[in-house]
Amino acid sequence: MTQTPLLEVQRLQVEFATRRGALVAIDDVSFSIAPGEILGMVGESGAGKSVTGAAVLGLLQPPARISGGRICLEGNRIDNLPPPAWQRLRGRHIAAIFQDPLTALDPLFTVGQQLTETMLAHLPMTRQQARDRAVELLTEVGIPAPERRVDQYPHQLSGGLRQRVVIALALCADPRLIIADEPTTALDVSTQAQIVALLRRLARERGTAVMLITHDMGVIADTADRVAVLYAGRLVEIGPVREVVHAPRHPYTTGLMGAIPRLGARRARLTQIDGAMPGLDSIPAGCAFHPRCPRRFDPCGQDRPPEAGAMDPHSVSCWLHAGSSDG
Amino acid sequence: MAEARTLLEMASVGRDFDVSRPWLDRVISRLPRQQLVAVDDFSLEVRAGETVALVGESGCGKSTVARLAVGLHAPSRGSVRFEGVDLRDESAVRAASVRQRLQMIFQDPQASLNPRWRVADIVAEPLRVHGLTASRRETRARVEALLSQVGLSATDAGKFPHEFSGGQRQRISIARALSSSPAFIVCDEPTSALDVSVRAQVLNLMGDLQASLGLAYLFISHNLAVVEHVAHRVGVMYLGRLVESGPTAEVLAHPAHPYTRMLLAAVPDLEVKERAAPAVTGEIPSPIDRPSGCGFHPRCPLAHARCREEIPLARPAGAGRSVACHAVYV
Repeated sequence: MTQTPLLEVQRLQVEFATRRGALVAIDDVSFSIAPGEILGMVGESGAGKSVTGAAVLGLLQPPARISGGRICLEGNRIDNLPPPAWQRLRGRHIAAIFQDPLTALDPLFTVGQQLTETMLAHLPMTRQQARDRAVELLTEVGIPAPERRVDQYPHQLSGGLRQRVVIALALCADPRLIIADEPTTALDVSTQAQIVALLRRLARERGTAVMLITHDMGVIADTADRVAVLYAGRLVEIGPVREVVHAPRHPYTTGLMGAIPRLGARRARLTQIDGAMPGLDSIPAGCAFHPRCPRRFDPCGQDRPPEAGAMDPHSVSCWLHAGSSDG
Repeated sequence: MAEARTLLEMASVGRDFDVSRPWLDRVISRLPRQQLVAVDDFSLEVRAGETVALVGESGCGKSTVARLAVGLHAPSRGSVRFEGVDLRDESAVRAASVRQRLQMIFQDPQASLNPRWRVADIVAEPLRVHGLTASRRETRARVEALLSQVGLSATDAGKFPHEFSGGQRQRISIARALSSSPAFIVCDEPTSALDVSVRAQVLNLMGDLQASLGLAYLFISHNLAVVEHVAHRVGVMYLGRLVESGPTAEVLAHPAHPYTRMLLAAVPDLEVKERAAPAVTGEIPSPIDRPSGCGFHPRCPLAHARCREEIPLARPAGAGRSVACHAVYV
């Protein structure tokens, strides 16, 4: 990880304005993604995964707003760009893949029309060139008979094919970074495996960086190079996927790993983390996880542990590891 | 476990749905009636105290089986019996109080709990319907006992479903299912809508209840790891048919049917493996337009001529297992 990062997020803070004051949805989250790297972002519902993705895409809508920190793409600050500049950036340099391919595609246009429109908006091309490239892209994402598919409407495709079209759309302008927000959640396991393999191949072959947002630790373990674990809007642990999965350091990550049943390793009971993640309006003082933490001690309820994601390749935001962050 | 008595017995059950266009459309465009065979030639037994899981991808008919098992759908072919009583025989069902002994938990607790009822009323509904308690005081005591059994507090009885988190709502569903003291609960994807840490709580609770009350579960899921964790026996479904079944540990450790093997290869695993390309190709065909012969043959690496023509029947494969495939011999 000595390459210059493609995306750098520093101490990002996102707030939602409400009648009873601002709710902090993302609190001091820092991470970076190198070219060709897949960074997995996991957490339970409401942990702030999708909000982080939307912030990087410049898609936060009021009442949400970035209230602190900075986001840099290839060294240039992007979080304070005006909307027209964002429109040039989005689709061209940063692309998105969302969970439900049916809502991401326009039902009234053919696959080919949607692909060529995207390319013509961003790249200097003729319509014919764009169409040829659309067929190429469909081939690249593994759609059989692309010459026929290019003239079909989204409803004529199966879920897996639709998600491949969405990926092809994201690839149109050869972006540097793809934000994939739960790209396989709406798909069946056998289709999911194919889409995951496709994302991995694209990152490797094209050097595209991917921020993969999912709640499925299995998908992360299969796909990502590094993983960031979010809890209540805070980054609790970030590190190489192998280390985080097999030797998690934060008690929340440890609990999360123990709560996942694994094939071939049947246990009598799953580890359970009692309680549930707090809502944004009731995040406890100190470490957000301390009321559920089996290993809490004195400082946890009073002071926030130092943020994860600084220099160390595998870092944790936890008082247990505060004195010895040199692992 | 083998000596336990049989609770649910499904024998060669089939269920069709009429998916024809409206009558006038059919007349104008000269279209025939269209039947969707959701479940076909499906046989399964569930014995007291055991968990039998059904796995498969969307559209394979597993939820239809769940609904057949509790009598929400009537079978088009074959029979569904609970403790020997045919579920279509209304008077026998009533006489044997089958409905009390048979309960169901649904995937989405948000949709299966009435938002305008208090928890106490939701949990007490089966008690009232079946007339199981004599007085209001007895009902209240029973509801409180049920809530504490599923890890909620007695004060939760006065709240509405929206005041709870997803995992707690699923606990309310479980309390409701338990209220009529059933022997058998059909669980249709009970944990799919829940977050990982909450899912573990609900799975552990279901395990504890099985141990203390001797419940049997028919557990419908698409998650093989969850199935391995909870089930004694497992059935794998593809396009409405059971392609493989047997003891969970056996089937998942040594899958025989090519579809089971493919499904296992496709499961994302926490063991960060060396990145081999998965051997998964193609997608499930629509059950309206199913392939001839074995439904899996267009995707099957082992398919030969016979697979395209003849539907394979389940053959016993030793150790309580059975496999429906022309290509593998076990």
